[in-house]
Amino acid sequence: MNLRALFRRRDSAPVARERLQVLLAHERSAVGGSDLIAVLQEEILAVIARHVSVDRDKVQIKLDRGDPVSTLEIDVEVPSLLRAAAASGGGRSPEAALRR
Amino acid sequence: MAQVVVVTSGKGGVGKTTSTAALGAALAQGGENVVVVDFDVGLRNLDLVMGAERRVVFDLVNVVQGDAKLAQALIRDKRLENLSLLPASQTRDKDALTPEGVERIVGELREKFDWIICDSPAGIERGATLAMRHADMAVVVTNAEVSSVRDSDRIIGLLDSKTLRAEQGQRMPKHLLLTRYDTARASRGEMLKVDDVLEILSIPLLGIIPESQDVLRASNLGAPVTLASPASVAARAYAEAGKRLKGEQIQVTVPAAEPRGLFGKLFGRRAVA
Repeated sequence: MNLRALFRRRDSAPVARERLQVLLAHERSAVGGSDLIAVLQEEILAVIARHVSVDRDKVQIKLDRGDPVSTLEIDVEVPSLLRAAAASGGGRSPEAALRR
Repeated sequence: MAQVVVVTSGKGGVGKTTSTAALGAALAQGGENVVVVDFDVGLRNLDLVMGAERRVVFDLVNVVQGDAKLAQALIRDKRLENLSLLPASQTRDKDALTPEGVERIVGELREKFDWIICDSPAGIERGATLAMRHADMAVVVTNAEVSSVRDSDRIIGLLDSKTLRAEQGQRMPKHLLLTRYDTARASRGEMLKVDDVLEILSIPLLGIIPESQDVLRASNLGAPVTLASPASVAARAYAEAGKRLKGEQIQVTVPAAEPRGLFGKLFGRRAVA
């Protein structure tokens, strides 16, 4: 074992500690079996589904629980959007509104 | 054809999850398309050992109950694109898994992957029996210690009676993975030897994983040991075990006693005894 390896080996416990702190903070805050991120995700999808038909197979959800911020990425494929907009004669671009 | 492997032991804390992650990564590093599946509903840990705990959105129970599609619940490893994780649910209890749901998911996974490695919960209850139910082969993780060997013997009995293969009258291939092995202690007669365990359990040996700092460091970092320290003795032992799972004939070697660090060398046995 060389010197560098000797020092490098010492830094895994702080990583473990930090990972656990972030994870447990999220797990402890979970209420009724679902955390805030899960609730947000459900409600956001419900809102989108109210306006356009959403194929659940075409929804990609990515999550990164972090500290101090988490990110939730919801990628919704909306194939019928332009046709739906044309049919309703709306001038707005719902596509732009939905873009992340 | 896809191979479903259950990693099981009966006893907790012997290294099932660590071994699932390491074997899965070892197979993926060899070019296979692999998914590791956590069956420990309510006490998941495979996500943590794989370093994917922050990215879990959906889980096995969501897919079983139809709340999410399989593709949405699979988490692709950031280091190996041909390695995926299907996490267990943390908030539900074991009864959320149904035999029909598990059968459907294993069927879907067989279409997508070459290897489906199922991390069984400890015990012999529903979660453990469902994890082994559809297996084509089993890895029995055992420590060279009396209660672990006894529990492994019990699990071997279940593998030969409760699995689909057993019920169809087929043989269930079983492999012994001896983990946390301390060659120095075994040679001093303080620990069962490899041959003792093999004689008692009489199933073929898949590999011997030494008790190792590298394994602890890997789980601290959230990486399978074959990725975190590929050159370590433990990682090489897992890599060889993975090759044996694929059917390669490689002689199993008893790992040499782990070289002591500077501290260990200075203070010798007194410091650890």
